[in-house]
Amino acid sequence: MTAQSNGEVVLNLSGITKTFGPLIANDAISFSLKQGEVIALLGENGAGKTTLMNILFGHYVADSGTVTAFGKELPKGDPQAALDARIGMVHQHFTLADNMTVLDNIALGTQKLFWPSFDRAKARQRIVSHAEDFGLSVNPDALIADLSVGERQRVEILKALYRDARILILDEPTAVLTPHETDALFRTLKMLVAKGLSIIFISHKLQEVMAVSDRVLVLRGGKLVGEERTAETDRKALAGLMVGEEIKPPQISEPQTGKTVFRLENVSAKGVGTGADLHDIFLDLKAGEITGLAGVSGNGQAALAALISGTLSPTKGRIHINGETIGSWSPRHALAHKIGRIPEDRHAVGMIGDMSVTENVVSERYLSNRFSKMGFLNWGAARRFAESIIHDFDVKCPSPEARVRLLSGGNMQKLILGRAFDGDPQMILASQPTRGLDVGAVSYVHAQLLKARARGAAILLISEDLDEVMTLADQIVVMSKGRLSAPSRRGARTIADLGTLMAGHGFESASNTAPKEPDHAA
Amino acid sequence: MLLDAFDILLTTGFWVAAIRIASPLIFATMGELICERAGVLNLGIEGIMTVGAFTGWFTVYAGGDLWTGVMVAALCGAMFGLLHGFLTVPLGLSQHVTGIGITLLATSLTYFTYRVALSESTSPPKIEPFQPYPVPGLSEIPFLGETLFMQTPLTYLAFITVGLVAWVLYRTPLGLAVRAAGENPVAVEAQGISVTAIRVGAVMVGSALMAIGGAFLTMSAFNSFFFEMINGRGWICIALVVFGSWRPGKALLGAILFAAFDAYQVRLQQVTGGVIPYQIFLMLPYILSIVALIVVARRASYPKALMVPYQKGER
Repeated sequence: MTAQSNGEVVLNLSGITKTFGPLIANDAISFSLKQGEVIALLGENGAGKTTLMNILFGHYVADSGTVTAFGKELPKGDPQAALDARIGMVHQHFTLADNMTVLDNIALGTQKLFWPSFDRAKARQRIVSHAEDFGLSVNPDALIADLSVGERQRVEILKALYRDARILILDEPTAVLTPHETDALFRTLKMLVAKGLSIIFISHKLQEVMAVSDRVLVLRGGKLVGEERTAETDRKALAGLMVGEEIKPPQISEPQTGKTVFRLENVSAKGVGTGADLHDIFLDLKAGEITGLAGVSGNGQAALAALISGTLSPTKGRIHINGETIGSWSPRHALAHKIGRIPEDRHAVGMIGDMSVTENVVSERYLSNRFSKMGFLNWGAARRFAESIIHDFDVKCPSPEARVRLLSGGNMQKLILGRAFDGDPQMILASQPTRGLDVGAVSYVHAQLLKARARGAAILLISEDLDEVMTLADQIVVMSKGRLSAPSRRGARTIADLGTLMAGHGFESASNTAPKEPDHAA
Repeated sequence: MLLDAFDILLTTGFWVAAIRIASPLIFATMGELICERAGVLNLGIEGIMTVGAFTGWFTVYAGGDLWTGVMVAALCGAMFGLLHGFLTVPLGLSQHVTGIGITLLATSLTYFTYRVALSESTSPPKIEPFQPYPVPGLSEIPFLGETLFMQTPLTYLAFITVGLVAWVLYRTPLGLAVRAAGENPVAVEAQGISVTAIRVGAVMVGSALMAIGGAFLTMSAFNSFFFEMINGRGWICIALVVFGSWRPGKALLGAILFAAFDAYQVRLQQVTGGVIPYQIFLMLPYILSIVALIVVARRASYPKALMVPYQKGER
């Protein structure tokens, strides 16, 4: 991206420090942003990027340090001051009210609060003219709930432009977008810079950082560890800075493909939450293979995962396990058929935060003879089981009695892996298994999945991270609007092909039912 | 007998009573609606109505004029609203538990004050309540004039309140902020408005309206204060908000409908003359409100952030 910079510093952060209890989220971070410049803030999950931006925007109060915008120091903890200083922020989790219109969301807080009337006509005209100027077409009267994720993001950007933002902060803006939507976003950003805005782009995806920024700041463990001109660096150097060590890509051997373990035949089911319904799904999972399921979240992945775990019943079609047709289907049946489950949301579904490690690891099997006799729990066996997982999966926790809430995301996920992999399941459902984990934990999860594959388990990997799917999966299927594409072998489809499918094009076997609009389930 | 039962619906007396019975419900329903639209369930309603009923009436008994009584009631209600708001919004306590606590506290505090203030009197003293005020011109209209425009000023105020609440919620920047606070408080904070101020403010205004609803009973419908006189009206208003899908106009209809059934069952008792036990009729409005809830409210889209505490800067 070409810099339109005239060198004037528009924003300056100086010595920002913020702690959450014992955790130092930001450690004396200083940098400045010039007019017309795009800075990428690169770092892993938990590196402190979002915390820093939330301080800048007044959502958090820094322990020390100052923020200066256009030569004026901003008061701490006051989002209104940041808005007045013409800083706009597009949050990772959109800050939109779903049941209200685009216009209401954008105009909220822009007119005098205690005033007998609300000037809708003026607001509409301003939205329409900004939308035209910046190529962000959106219907001001549409309900947010009816918009796609890409459109919602456009509304978020418009919200900032509506207030004449001169500095725009985008927090992981591509996390929820299809490759096509990402391209459109990048075009928009170029246009904004051409009109003189300055941009801070937060990401952990290297190729995007390289594509969009003039300068890269790398955060690690709350510290600013590197500052490079994008033109003078490369992905490998940045990756090293970001992680602090060299990451080895996983070693993937040829699959030892076995017989079909799990098969869905023409299955339809109701959607989960705001996600899409499932339409006529065919899915074949073979022993010794990882099947990767790509797609933008909200397109039916949650329903498919629920269906496989047994919490959702199909309205149509059949489930086969090892060639046998399954009659009744529930979580207990799924467990009895040795299906190990790594749920998408480890906090809400995977674990019970206020219960102990021991209680959590036996929660799937406490009725078995191993852990209970005649209705009484065998705490000794349960504790031994917990200790074996802690040991085998290298879980860092004070004791099996520790409350799970206190564990980090990576350690919680290891605990879930230990529970799911117990008794060598013949099939593993891994829903977003690496979401929100740091690089070390990610490679650990990947290694464990590959180990299970080598042992002969059939694995379904549902992920929004296209790189992860393309790296690990032996065959890839794409989900869009509740439909599943035909599978393709490793390397048979390019990233562009997959992007087209993710956007909902090219489903030959599409059902004639009108699919629901995808919704982000963030 | 069936014809008699139908004839009741054609009498002006019935409709006059229905509107009168509806008035306190309208105030309190609007109050609850404002609270819930901002994202705070206010189960303190029953107690706050009791406070309003007592303080309004007592102000007049102590020599204040009627409108002063209404103001005092509203102010006392707002104070309990402030307490509920403080506990549930900045402190983020459970809205259910706090609300029930407020109801118990407000009710017993009222009874206690009554006992202390009027320790000598054996039967509650009476005041000179609001009198019906025929609206010039409009009250001349046959039937409609008699039912709608020969009511007390507080009833007129109830209807004006509905219009006002609807206007503020849908036509002003403040109303937009209140509704957004109930839908997604993060969106409100991100646009530079304080969620705490909006929510606490809404609960205070809502509670003031609930108290005026209570005051209507002692200052317009009756002329004295009795223990237990709110008698579950607050809980009915919670159901009416759901019945009205959180919309002022629909909630108004619900309040009138419920009041009409209440007025109807009293008259029906007289027509049937003891063949059917009167308790059946007493039950009627409540059964119907449950049925109505099942039919109407199952599809209602409630404010998404209702009962979800919002804490700034939480991670």
